[in-house]
Amino acid sequence: MNAKQETLEQGCMESGRDFWAGAMNSGPILLGVIPFGITCGVMGLTAGLTSLETIMMSIFVFAGASQFVAITMFGAGITGFGLIVFTTLLVNLRHMLMGASLAKYLVKQSLFRQVLLSFLLTDEAYAVTISRIHQGGYSSAYQFGVSISLYITWALSTIAGVLVGSYIPNPLAWGLDFAMPATFLVLLFPRLTDRCSIVVCVVAGLISIAGVLYLPGKWYMIVACIGAVLVGGLMEGEKASEK
Amino acid sequence: MRNEIALIIMGMALVTFATRFSCVALLQKTGMPVWLERWLRHIPTAILTALIIPALVLPKGQIDISFNNHYLMAGFIAAVVAYKSRNIIATLILGMGTMLFLRLLA
Repeated sequence: MNAKQETLEQGCMESGRDFWAGAMNSGPILLGVIPFGITCGVMGLTAGLTSLETIMMSIFVFAGASQFVAITMFGAGITGFGLIVFTTLLVNLRHMLMGASLAKYLVKQSLFRQVLLSFLLTDEAYAVTISRIHQGGYSSAYQFGVSISLYITWALSTIAGVLVGSYIPNPLAWGLDFAMPATFLVLLFPRLTDRCSIVVCVVAGLISIAGVLYLPGKWYMIVACIGAVLVGGLMEGEKASEK
Repeated sequence: MRNEIALIIMGMALVTFATRFSCVALLQKTGMPVWLERWLRHIPTAILTALIIPALVLPKGQIDISFNNHYLMAGFIAAVVAYKSRNIIATLILGMGTMLFLRLLA
């Protein structure tokens, strides 16, 4: 076996390990995704969509919050193409911030991987992926492991919701949705190592609370993120100019 | 599958992909400029916080800082465990356990 082959095989083994590490690390969050997927399936049927339409939406759109909004609109008799698609765009605009944050790593990947990983990008996949970057550097195989686990879980739980959802007492009342914030807490604490990060965290927390109260949909995330990032960036700018 | 619904789903899929891919596409040729990287550095902390805090403080859309807010109580326990252990499994077990316990009490 020549040296080139050996490094290639080593690379494959490494990405295999990263893939499974990503799939495993998404485990706790999957627990929180399942009740939402089931609810999505149930809501789709209630709103008058067929089983196939509800499942196709999960498979092609793969963005929970915007699917709930669109399904609610269908249920209310709003079926205008422009209105639903535009609302979806607004609800998902926050993904641009996550895309920007990961762009540094993604631009170095092949176009196929860029498209695939972008298609699969969600709040949850982003949260788990950036923690891995913080601890051991970026790995596209890891991000794919996290993302595809979330995708399969979302699709299967939507299908479960469509098939048997009406027999399950309100899945969101189980409290499983708590799995997500609980997991994110473990991902957040290692980042709060200096004054600047702590300030960013406090500002983001305060703005997001006000945002949920006064802004529609998921806009609280965008406003909290931009506000906190500005404060953090300005603080670091001051620090740099003091030196 | 009705045509007009299929069309709407495809439209939704397209704009969603656009939000996820646009920044990567824009920086394709140039790579990430250094000045931009400085501003983007705090996005992870900000987004994680914005995902956690509302889920605990306003689980039903209204500020609820009381013992009746199980998310806040279990979140407090989970935060302490997360801070001390840095361990997802321990945090989940104790956090979800608190949640279940509070639900059984209520």
